[in-house]
Amino acid sequence: MPSIPARAEAAAAPVVLSLSRLTVTFDTPRGSITAAREVTLQVERGECLGVVGESGAGKSQVFLAVMGLLAGNGRAQGSARFLGTELLRLAPAALDRVRGAGIGMVFQDPMSSLTPHLTVGEQIAEVIRRHRGVGRAAARAAALALLERVQVSDPERRMRQYPHQLSGGLRQRVMIAIALSSEPQLLIADEPTTSLDVTVQAQILALLAGLKRERAMAMVLITHDFGAVAGVADRVAVLREGCIVETGPVAAVLKAPRDPYTRTLLRDTPRLDAATDAAGQAPGTSAAPRVAALTLTDLTVRFDVGRGLFRPHARLTAVSAVSLELYAGESLGVVGESGCGKSTLVRAALQLLRPAAGRVVWMGQALGDLPKGALRALRRDLQIIFQDPLGSLDPRMTVGEIVGEPLRVHAPDLDRGARAAQLAAVLRRVGLTAELASRYPHELSGGQCQRVGIARATILRPRLLVCDEPVSALDVPTQQQIVTLLAQLQRESGMCLLFVSHNLALVRQLCERVLVLYLGRMMELAPAHSLYTGPRHPYTRELLAAVPVPDPDIQPARLARARPGEPPSPLSPPSGCVYRTRCPHAAAVCAERIPEWEELPDGRRVACHRWRELP
Amino acid sequence: MNEQARTAVRGLWRDAGRRLTGNRIALAALGVIVLVALFALLAPALSPWGYDSLDWEHLALPPGASAAHWLGTDRLGRDLLVRTLHGVRLSLLISVLASLVSLVIGVLWGAVAGLAGGRTDGWMMRLVDVLYSLPYLFIVIILTTLWRRGSIAALLLALGAVGWLTTARIVRGQALALKQREFIEAARAVGVPAPAILLRHIVPNLLGPVLVYATLIVPQMIVFESFLSFLGLGVQEPHASLGNLILTGAQEMESAPWLLLVPAAFLVVLLICFNFLGDGLRDAFDPRAR
Amino acid sequence: MLSYALRRIAGTVPTLLVIISVSFCVVRLAPGGPFAQEQALPPPVRANLERLYGLDQPLTVQYAHYLRGLLRGDFGPSLGQRDFTVSELIAQGLPLSATLGLAAILLAVLTGVPAGVLAALWRNRGADYCITTLAAVALALPSFVTGPLFALVFGLYLRWLPVAGWQHGAPRYLVLPVLTLALPVAAYLARLTRASLLEVLGAHYVLSARARGLGAARVLWRHALRPALMPAVSYLGPAVAFVMTGSLVVETVFGLPGTGRYLVEGAIDRDYPLVMGMVVVYGSLTLLLNLIADLIYGALDPGVRRE
Ligand code: SF4
Repeated sequence: MPSIPARAEAAAAPVVLSLSRLTVTFDTPRGSITAAREVTLQVERGECLGVVGESGAGKSQVFLAVMGLLAGNGRAQGSARFLGTELLRLAPAALDRVRGAGIGMVFQDPMSSLTPHLTVGEQIAEVIRRHRGVGRAAARAAALALLERVQVSDPERRMRQYPHQLSGGLRQRVMIAIALSSEPQLLIADEPTTSLDVTVQAQILALLAGLKRERAMAMVLITHDFGAVAGVADRVAVLREGCIVETGPVAAVLKAPRDPYTRTLLRDTPRLDAATDAAGQAPGTSAAPRVAALTLTDLTVRFDVGRGLFRPHARLTAVSAVSLELYAGESLGVVGESGCGKSTLVRAALQLLRPAAGRVVWMGQALGDLPKGALRALRRDLQIIFQDPLGSLDPRMTVGEIVGEPLRVHAPDLDRGARAAQLAAVLRRVGLTAELASRYPHELSGGQCQRVGIARATILRPRLLVCDEPVSALDVPTQQQIVTLLAQLQRESGMCLLFVSHNLALVRQLCERVLVLYLGRMMELAPAHSLYTGPRHPYTRELLAAVPVPDPDIQPARLARARPGEPPSPLSPPSGCVYRTRCPHAAAVCAERIPEWEELPDGRRVACHRWRELP
Repeated sequence: MNEQARTAVRGLWRDAGRRLTGNRIALAALGVIVLVALFALLAPALSPWGYDSLDWEHLALPPGASAAHWLGTDRLGRDLLVRTLHGVRLSLLISVLASLVSLVIGVLWGAVAGLAGGRTDGWMMRLVDVLYSLPYLFIVIILTTLWRRGSIAALLLALGAVGWLTTARIVRGQALALKQREFIEAARAVGVPAPAILLRHIVPNLLGPVLVYATLIVPQMIVFESFLSFLGLGVQEPHASLGNLILTGAQEMESAPWLLLVPAAFLVVLLICFNFLGDGLRDAFDPRAR
Repeated sequence: MLSYALRRIAGTVPTLLVIISVSFCVVRLAPGGPFAQEQALPPPVRANLERLYGLDQPLTVQYAHYLRGLLRGDFGPSLGQRDFTVSELIAQGLPLSATLGLAAILLAVLTGVPAGVLAALWRNRGADYCITTLAAVALALPSFVTGPLFALVFGLYLRWLPVAGWQHGAPRYLVLPVLTLALPVAAYLARLTRASLLEVLGAHYVLSARARGLGAARVLWRHALRPALMPAVSYLGPAVAFVMTGSLVVETVFGLPGTGRYLVEGAIDRDYPLVMGMVVVYGSLTLLLNLIADLIYGALDPGVRRE
């Protein structure tokens, strides 16, 4: 019966995990699929290995195989040794000892990875009792200590809470605490920050980096994000379609990639510190007087939540008094974390949602006052593409019908030939072949679906294109293609672009000006170049500091500066400045008054009482 | 319906048809149903016996005992096969019609509630919940007492009045989910007028689930109908339905068990086949079942 | 939890009122009273009878009268069985019907749920196929077919159990009726449990619990089972309604003097007070049991109470 070597031996053995020619296959009704092919790698004590690849590259499956957690139809061949013990052929009981006591694992989505009906305390203590063999009270004390270590505030109360009562960041901290609770020698973190907001992402990565240093654990960080790797990992392995294409020290791989695929991935990863702005245009320098195409004045959107026959309604203010001018031909980025109201804002601007207050004026016409028919006619100028590429296409229609629908509405007199010609032209413009016109959406890839969405939105040559997180569901190289396509379409047609995204690096590539939202309020609005190089608002600074940069020389130091805190619930926003609960510069005045939306001498705008005093 | 909606429906049918033909069990079930239905429609006309013609020379004859009555006769000398087929015909007729009634009511109710949303939806579904929380057959029983006993129209109305509840729930759920799908918002953003959105995007997407449910509701209705007839509240003698045949069979099972077994076998085969067909259709119409 | 319970209870009262009012209206507005059928009565006799039963009063008065009676537990005299009040009939029949129903639900839960769990754990193996096939067949068979068939096989051919009768609650006489009632519910519970346990076993939190090295038994018992049973718990409400409906058949088939029989006979004879009384009793029972099922659900799932 193999067992885990005692700790003393472990210290002598530098290699904690060693995979050799590990192959993972899945049996499906349509034959077997290889998820990973002959993967060979090692992780040493005290080291973090970053495993990078696109979705579907097999990176998670490799480590699920190591843990013996493959789905029922999965098989692993080759060898996976943990401290000398072969894991692939271990009896269930011994495997359970390794899983808890030797290897801890953190998963991508902390909400669905915590058992919903057990409290946080129960879930941590359970693992401690099982693997450390201590009593109830000792396990509870240890659980408390762990929660404190992973920087959970008010751990006593958290112990009694259920997962759904915690924020995303707290849940992931709890997951980490569970994974650490049996003092494992290897921690596998599978996309631990992918479902989190960028500021929380930085906190979690910083926590992982700190734990690795402090416990001299071995760590595997599975991710699609070179930025995350740069901050935490010592070595990197790049996976493509189940094979390792490159491995080496993090600095070498990120700075001088040898493999062409790694080079493509790195090139396509947008960088916050890139020198290029807004598709090569010199921002804010156009001499022509700028005309406002779209003007929002004090736009406010509210939602009723918790509707029930016997329950009082709660009001959620998703967007609060936003004023904005979008100039003709301009591209404006709207950024912020989830729940900041950025998608709501653009939907209200298009009158897809009814604002509670405020005005939307497009080319001199107040959209809110227009009769229904006139607004519909105007819609040919105002188009939108959506976040979910597949979900925004009617599953029962062919691509041709979907893309042609705007023509049917706005140019009903067009004859068959002219319609077909326009259809073919727009498909070509967005980079789709004409054969696709007879396909159904579910037969297309995510990138193709998004191109169909763009084709539908641009077939009428609109003057404003709203993009609501158009690439966040796509892989990095596809993201880059779509962004390039959008930039090109905008250059050719001179339309306005309103680009909503949580990815600040991407926005920098595409937009001339950027608006930062927090809890439904405007924080800062500035030309992209000055916003990214010299942010004025404290929130913009935190946001920018949190964006991971794929550069191992600077990223660890950036992580070390990550600030704590998560956005409060939009149902009960703080008084005064909504950011004050997280702001390092908050003063008494910040709680009393809502800061003015001030125009700075250089033309940018900031909502902060103290911007003058800040460095 | 305009041209686009028609093509969408055609696409839907083509896809589903392809998937359905790949499903042997569902196809076999469909075959059996069609066969039994055809047999039930034609056979009584071909047989020398009517459903109420008495053969005094062969009373309570077991199956196989006489070439004149393949499946035997009842105590009055009526041919069991002919009566059973008559019963199948009446049961199918009533349940298909009742399914239609309940589908029409249910689809309208559910679609209006789901699309209107808000308070309207709340009250409409509240009513459905109230009716739902009652044992449904009690409602049918109350309704059947309102009309002359044995009236087919009353039976139809009663069955339809109960069956629409589930349809309404399903359709409303679908409509609510559809409303929130981004492609509906995309259509609004393009400027498609509301009636066209309904016709082009919502109806074709609702059609699949409704069709599937329609095949699942027919066997339910067969059961309801037989149940009422079994209790003496539905089809009355001398007319035959599967329910009152089984009732007679149950009363005389000690002396003539075939009177129970024959109609019960027909009923069970029909029910199982409808269920398999419904399952197959559900798989075929569910776009995620690829 | 308490506020959740109170909210649920508050939601039940209007439903009950609606049930009472609707059944009152429907039954009273029915064409042809109990004295309209069969042999025509001479008008004076008929008028006397109607006065006796209050049928000549305006509907609102009848309704108020009826509601007042209900509060006292008085459902009025039975029109069909002239010597009894509806309350007496219900009091006679209800204990038997309740025993039958509760025993059936208990049996269904005790067999269906474990069968579903086993089928899920042995997915795609022999036992799983057996259980799912049996469940599919049992679900397709209505109780008015299974009831007589059971009686035929176990009663007439094998002579293990009595075919029909009551004998004041001798357990032997209840076996077949309970079995008939429980069978479809057990089959449905097995199906439901199998599907939901399979889904839960594929959930991330079960994977994550396995990754903690807790051992298969503990993962199943502590992490997977409770959420997997939630659909079964929420089916308990509909199951109650289902069993009540089934009891009409079972009491007819097995000749048991329960309330289900009265309902059927009342409906055939147009005995309005009896039908209404039964509907009110069954309606409130259903609501009560639904409420209990909801409360169990709320107690098991921390997310529901909050929402
Ligand atoms: S107003 Fe106050 S709290 Fe808000 S950002 Fe400025 S300094 Fe911070």
